[in-house]
Formats: sequence, structure tokens, C-alpha cells
Amino acid sequence: MANTQQFCTFFLKDEFLGVPVQQVQEVIRYQEMTRVPLVPEIIRGLINLRGQIVMAVDLRRRFAMADRPANELPMNVVVRTDDGPVSFLVDEIGDVLEVDEESFEPTPETLRGRARALVRGVYKLPERLMLVLDTERALRPEAESAGAAGGAK
Amino acid sequence: MSDEEIVKEFLVESHENLDRLDQELISLEKNPGDRDTLASIFRTIHTIKGTSGFLAFNQLEAVTHVGENLLSRLRDGSLALTPEITTALLTMIDAVRQMLGSIEANGTEGERDDQQLIATLARLQQSEPSAPAPPRTPLAPAPEPARAAIPAASGSKAGTLPPEESKAPEEAAVETPVPLPAAESRPVEPAAKPPEPADVHPGQQPGRGAISDSTIRVDVGQLDKLMNRMGELVLLRNQIVQYTSQTEDSALLGTSQRLNLLTTELQEGVMKTRMQPIGNIWSKFPRTVRDVAVGCGKQVRIEMEGKETELDKTIIEAIKDPLTHLVRNSVDHGIESPEVRRSAGKNPEGLLTLRAFHEGGQVNIEITDDGGGLDLEKIRNKAIQKALITADQAARMTDREVTHLIFLPGFSTAEKVTSVSGRGVGMDVVRTNIEKIGGTVDVRTRPGHGSTVHMKIPLTLAIIPALIVTTAGDRYAIPQVSLLELVRLEGEQARKGMERVNGAPVYRLRGRLLPLVYLKRELQADGKASANGAPATQLDFSSVRDKHRQWSKTLQKVLEGKLEMTPDQAGSHQTCALGQWIYTTGLATFAEYPDMHLLEETHRRFHERVYRVLNLKRKGASAEAVQELESVGHDSERIMQVLTSVERRVLDLDNVNIVVLRADDRQFGLVVDEINDTEEIVVKPLSKQLKIINTYAGATIMGDGKVALILDVMGLAQRANVISEARAHAVADGDEKPSSSADGQQRNAVLLFEYGDRGRMAVNLAQVARLEEFPRDTVEVAADREVVQYRGRIMPLVRVSSALGQGSESAASRDSLHVVVYSDHGRSVGLVVDRILDIVEESFVLDRQSSRQGVLGSAVIQKRVTDILDVPGLIAAAGGSHLLSPQPA
Repeated sequence: MANTQQFCTFFLKDEFLGVPVQQVQEVIRYQEMTRVPLVPEIIRGLINLRGQIVMAVDLRRRFAMADRPANELPMNVVVRTDDGPVSFLVDEIGDVLEVDEESFEPTPETLRGRARALVRGVYKLPERLMLVLDTERALRPEAESAGAAGGAK
Repeated sequence: MSDEEIVKEFLVESHENLDRLDQELISLEKNPGDRDTLASIFRTIHTIKGTSGFLAFNQLEAVTHVGENLLSRLRDGSLALTPEITTALLTMIDAVRQMLGSIEANGTEGERDDQQLIATLARLQQSEPSAPAPPRTPLAPAPEPARAAIPAASGSKAGTLPPEESKAPEEAAVETPVPLPAAESRPVEPAAKPPEPADVHPGQQPGRGAISDSTIRVDVGQLDKLMNRMGELVLLRNQIVQYTSQTEDSALLGTSQRLNLLTTELQEGVMKTRMQPIGNIWSKFPRTVRDVAVGCGKQVRIEMEGKETELDKTIIEAIKDPLTHLVRNSVDHGIESPEVRRSAGKNPEGLLTLRAFHEGGQVNIEITDDGGGLDLEKIRNKAIQKALITADQAARMTDREVTHLIFLPGFSTAEKVTSVSGRGVGMDVVRTNIEKIGGTVDVRTRPGHGSTVHMKIPLTLAIIPALIVTTAGDRYAIPQVSLLELVRLEGEQARKGMERVNGAPVYRLRGRLLPLVYLKRELQADGKASANGAPATQLDFSSVRDKHRQWSKTLQKVLEGKLEMTPDQAGSHQTCALGQWIYTTGLATFAEYPDMHLLEETHRRFHERVYRVLNLKRKGASAEAVQELESVGHDSERIMQVLTSVERRVLDLDNVNIVVLRADDRQFGLVVDEINDTEEIVVKPLSKQLKIINTYAGATIMGDGKVALILDVMGLAQRANVISEARAHAVADGDEKPSSSADGQQRNAVLLFEYGDRGRMAVNLAQVARLEEFPRDTVEVAADREVVQYRGRIMPLVRVSSALGQGSESAASRDSLHVVVYSDHGRSVGLVVDRILDIVEESFVLDRQSSRQGVLGSAVIQKRVTDILDVPGLIAAAGGSHLLSPQPA
């Protein structure tokens, strides 16, 4: 049996993305959020996850995509990070897929814009391509906003 | 009890005892006649020796055995305490500590050679005291009274010491069953206390039979878990209380109220179990101070105040290292060598004071030394040398800013690297650690007189009382610690109470100007705009008003025929400045306010009329034009009114809720939409992406399960520019005249005004109590002086222009007087000026060359040379110095 890895997959507009299953704490439906003024707009708010306060990052905004229509509620993909759990807001949840390491390829040069920085690579699945989300980078604000924020004490 | 447990008990107990021993020895060195301390030391060593023999730690037993012998000779007075003996005993304690550490780590005392120590201890006890009595007399002038006190309290054992042994049995209360001499220690203690408040005394004396029976040791981890559960329970309680508040069921309501009460009590109880007196960590400091002082050849005495002040265990742990560092620093850097001190006319023995006290729900800790103070010049140079700042920056820095340089990473002024300090790590770590737990550190220094490090530490981290407010539909929690009071203004009061000083909103709170910060506005500025330094202008109604005013002027010119404009141009309601604002920003942002649509409508009508007027004029129908023109004027006024009403709605000026907060030493009013309630909230940390915005201190979960942000009052104040270095300086420095510091530049808030023949002056804002306007006809004359009735009193007036010999006030006198009220010792004097210009905060250099009576000097403010008013001087110049003499009580 070749090396395989399990991915939790989800949809973001037209894209199909995945995060290694080990990183995912849970997937939950839309939760009411408390907005946080003054922070970069990718942070949509804070949710109460069974007594724990979790920051929700909208991947649509992170990928500089148009906001989803108001009547479409996002789903939460809660990912473990060094700084505690963080929720990624996505459009729809896909299956947990077992993918072959053989089908992996680094991010193609042609992928441009923000997506390039946020994707670790691509798995060539029979029916479509799955982009591997770099959760670390997805959480980091854009370079410019990071610079501005770093300026503050 | 297994062997292992016995050893563990032994270790825990011995560690505690050792900490106390350090302290007692230092105290003994100062008061060699203090027999209680000596007895207590003896007992502790005896206990360790006994138990170590029992547990077969032979090396430990050997060391403590000789130590005990030496102590027993000290105790029976056949040997006097010398510094050498103290050092040897301290070395012994260190050896014991090392062995205990080793036992804790691997169960053995470790490979060690204590022969030399044992030999030293043995030699010292052999050393024939040249004369038992003489050395004691100079060292301890009071051995006789002290000794006399013992019999007095213990009964009949007058003067004789050996019979103490007979009392041993009843002393067996201390956990280890060994015979303990010096029975009287407890009852006698008060009588035998040394004259100084004896803070070096241990909080609990060893002979505490009853206490030890009623206490148990609890694992801290256990308490932490308990505290976490407690937090969850408080949250649940909040939810239940909220749900049941809507219920009709009185039984359920009653139950929930009981749950509420009980939870609060339980919470207090749990918190208390975690509280520890700060004395627990202070107890190590006498030893630290002695070691450092001996190491660098200094004499330092330590005094402690308020060591019973309690703090949460986690906080105690967190401040231990920073405190130790600061204490070492004070001895090493702060206090000078005895020679230097002597030549400066000070007591060769330096004094280090530790002070702890509660204030405003926080614990304040101060570490004060009476040393040479910080050498600001040296700090400046060092910082430049280390490229932490540029020479240019250094020159512009205030003294206070310079003292704060020591908190920069990589900063150290120590000439030589010692084991204690000079390695460039330290103060920055101190500050980081204190800030991590929500505290603040500050240094004040007076050259030649020493420095004080002042810390403010929260009592506990986990559960805090907070005020919940609502703004723009979101709830925010404000820690009660920063809360001073709540003010609610309604209707007329709101409209009148809020004033502006050059656009900045203020409120007069009991005669003092309180700067106002609109939470809505602060939070609306999106991250991008504030990062670029461009404030959100969408709410700037005064500029919108200006736009219309300007356009009206243009229209005026057109009507007068001075300017050409076609009726089509003037009649277009979308191309004028106000129109542009309405259709781009106004309607988009304030669509929810009905008045906004009214504004749009009124504005459109206004332009339609303008169009008609111009057309009529063209046709030569001037009579009708004039009639229409009147309506144009009305419409224009109406536009202004509606605009104001929109502004009022937007800023909710009809009902104003002001939360008066304290940030540092400054006060400001936070305007919020609604003030809800106070609640106990459980503080949850924010993830690091959110921490970089220093506006939030954390988040919490509310009764309804939703998340609310906790505002960081300090950060908010900084964001709104309410506090700045200069303000903090003026208040905290304790310097009486912050504005007139001779050494040049500092940031100062000043009030600019006009007087006389368009003269321009500034007065330090700190000297301004209020700004008032009086109708001219309310001015009366009493004792040849102009006065007004003000707040039920008679307030004398001083005309700035005539007091400065600038002749009478300008021709532009109006119907009212602008008065700057100055108060001192409960007396007020009104300074009549022509016009209030502005309040500015700028750094400037005071040039004293132009100094004269009533004028401190001049400075460049807002790029113009401006005289700075000396208020008391001016009043004196006007022959009114008696006006300020203190009010007879």
C-alpha cells in the first residue's frame, strides 16, 4: 500500500481545498459570531465553542474572493494551532478523502495571487484537483497589515 | 505513611524552615540580643538534624550537628554573634538546602565534601570568645532588657537560661517529636521585638501547635483545577440567572437567586484559597540583599511594609522573579558605597524599602532605595552608544522618557558586568513579565535621593467584575478596576453639557473638563484607515457643515453679481460639496437615520429654490427673486438644523451615557450607547492575532452564551490619544511645575488664547479649572475690583491684557466675557481673555529670556512664538496676590 494521507475537504467558491485530518479538531455548522472591530477583515469574529473562545477566519476573504451571499451561512472548520483552536469559515464541507502521496505536486507556477501563498501544493485526484491549505499562513495577516500591526506596541 | 511520604513531608517542611532561617539570621545579625530569633533558629536546625538522623541522611546530620552546637553556644551566651559566624551559618544553610535539593531530585544527599564547612563551624564554636560579655555590649546594647523580658513573660525563670530545658515537653507541638528548648518564644515575642517594626520577623512563629493541626497542604494543581471549574460555574450561573430573569415561576426564580448567591460565596472562597501574602516571596529578600550588599561592599538595610497584602498564587509566582531582580538591582545599582554615601552626607547604610498595599482593586508594590537615583545623562549616552536611540531623539526626550529607556531590551548601564547585573537582560524582562499579567511598571527617580519602582498588579487573573456596555449593537466588558463613575445625560442636559474644544468633545464634570471618547467612533475606524494614520472622516459633521457654509458664501457672491454661475450649475443638488457628501458617504452610511433622508430632501429643495431665484433674477423679476431668496435663507438654516439632528442621532447625543474611566493617572469619559450592568466575568485570553490590537484585554462569554470583548482601557485611551507621555509626566512626576522644567523640552497640553491687541498666549492646561462665558452685564464691582457671581461665590476677575500692561482689551469686545477660571486652595480667580483659540499638546522649549512678571517665558507653539502665562504671577501683577491666599477654614 502506498503512502496515503487523510484530508478533510471543503469548498470555497469554485475551489476544492483540504486540510490534513490530524489538524482538524471538528467541523461545526454556522455559529453566531461576535465581531471584533479594528482587526483585519479576514477575522469575522469570535465564536463560543463550548466555553472556549475561538477566532473565526473567513477563507473567502483570505483568498480575496467576493463575500458569500448573505443568505448562505458558512461552515466552521476548527483547526488546531499552536495558539489554540481557530475556525476557518468555508462554503461547504466535503468528504474526508484518503489521498495517495504519489499524486502530490508542488503549487503550480501558474497559480497566482494570494492563493499561491496560501497553498502548500496540489493533489491530483481522479475527478478534480485538491489544494492543500497552509493553515499557518492562512492565519497570518497579509504582509502589509502585519507590518502595520507590528508597529503598534 | 510510606517512607517516601515521610521524606516528602520532611522536604516540604524543611524548605519552608530554611527560607525562614535566612531571614532570621539576618535579623539576628542586626539584633544579636534577640533571644527569640536565636531560639527559633536553634529549634529549626535541631529539627532538621533530628529528622535527618532518623531518615539516615548522615551527611545532612553531620553538618546540622556542628551547626547546632555552634548555635547552642550562641544561645547560652558563651559566644557572641560575629559577621563571620553569620556567614558560616548562612553557608551551612546553603549546604543544607543543596542536600535537600539533591534528596528531592534523586533521594540521596549527593556526593559532597562538607569537611571544610564542618571544620569552620567547629572552629568557630571553639574560638574562645576573647571576653564573653564585652563584644556583646557594643553589638547589642539591649541584651539585658531583652533577657529581662523573657522571665517577665514566662514566669519565674528570672535571669537564668538553662532551666529552659525543663520546658521542653510542652514544646513538642512542632510536627517532629523532638525536644525543643526555648519554650517561651511565642508568648515573649511582642516584648522582645526589636524597635523597628520587625518586618523581618517571620509571619508565623514556629511554635504554632494549634495552627499546624488545622491546616493541610494542597497541591496547587488541584487548586488550579478548582479555579477553572469555578470559572465554568460562574458562567453557568450567569446564564441561569439570565434565563430565569424572564420567568414567572417564583420558585425557580428563588432557586436561581440562591444559586447566584451561593456561587458568589463559593467563588470568593475558592479565590481565597489561592491567596497568599506577598510576604511569602519577600521573606527571601533580606538574605538576597545581604548577599548582594556584601558582594559589592555596601551596607544595606531592608524594610518592608504591608507584607500581609494578599495576591493570587499565580500572580505571586509571576512577580517573584521580577521582584527579585528589582531588589538586586536596587542594591547593586541604586545604593552607593558607604564612602560615597558618607561624602554625600547620608547614612553610610543604605535603605531599601518594599511597600505593598491595595488600591482600587489592584495591588501596588513599590521598591524604593535611597541611593543616588538614576543618572539620566548616563542613560542617554548609553542608549545612544547602544544605538537604541539617536542623539537627536535623546536630545528631545523628557526626563521621564529617559528613565523609561532602562526598560528597553539590551540596555544596561553597569560599568562592569557583575554576577548580579550588567548583562543587559533584566529591566525589559521585568516589564514584559509584569505586563504579561496585566500589571504596569514605572520608575521615578530623584537625583541624589534614590529611585522608586512602582508596580500595579491585578489581584487575580481569572474572574473579574466588569461593567457591560453596548455600542452599535455589540456588548463590551470594561474591567471595574478602571471604572470611576457613570454619568447619564438626557435631552437638554445632553445638548448643553457636551462642549467642544477645537472639535474635541469634552464634558464638564464637576467643574473639570473631561475629554470624551466615543466608543463607536474609536471602533468604527477600520484597521486600514488607522494604520495609515488617516482617521475615519465619515463622522466629521463639522467639516460637512463647513462645506455647506462655504457654498452658501459662494451663492451669496453669485446673487450679488460678483460671481458667475448658471442657474443649472447652482441648481444642481448633486454637484455641490454637501450634495457630494450626501450621495457618496451620507446616505450610504446613515441610511438608517430618517433625518438623513430629510436632509437629502431639504437640500434638494434648497437647490431648486436657488435655481428659481437665479432664473427670476435673469428675467429681471427682482421683487419675486427677493421673496424667494428669503425662503432660500430659511432652507439653508433648515439644512444646518437637520444636519445637526442627524449628527445628534448618529452620536446619540440626545441621551448620552458616559462611563468615566481612569487610565494611568488620567480620566476620560467613554461615550457608549447603553450601560447594561455589572457582572462577574471570566477572562479568556485572545489569540495572538487579536492581541496585537491593544484595544482588547481579552474576551468573555456572556449569560446568553455569546462572546463579548473586554476593553483594554489603557489601550483605548492611547488609541484615542487621551493619554500621552506628557500628561502622564505632569501628573506622576510629583514635580510641582511640570510646565516650567528648566531643562527644556517636554510635551505639554496648553490652552491658547488671545488677549489685548491680538496678542497670543498659552497657559498650562493643568492650571485651567474651567472655561466660562459671562454676559458683560453680570460683572459687578467689589473692593475696586471686577467680580462676578460664580457658583454661589464671588469670583474676582483679572483682565489679562491690563495685567500685562497691554492697555485695555481689544476693540472687538463683545457682549460676553471669556473667562479662564483658575483655582488654588479653594479660591478661584477668573482671567478675562479675548478669545479661546485652541488646546494643543506639543513639545516645546521654554525660553526664559522673555520672562517677566506674569510670563514664564516663551516657546514656539504651533509654529508661532507664544508667551506662556504664569497665572499666580499674573494675578500678583494685577495686585491680587491676596486673592489666592488660602481660604480661612
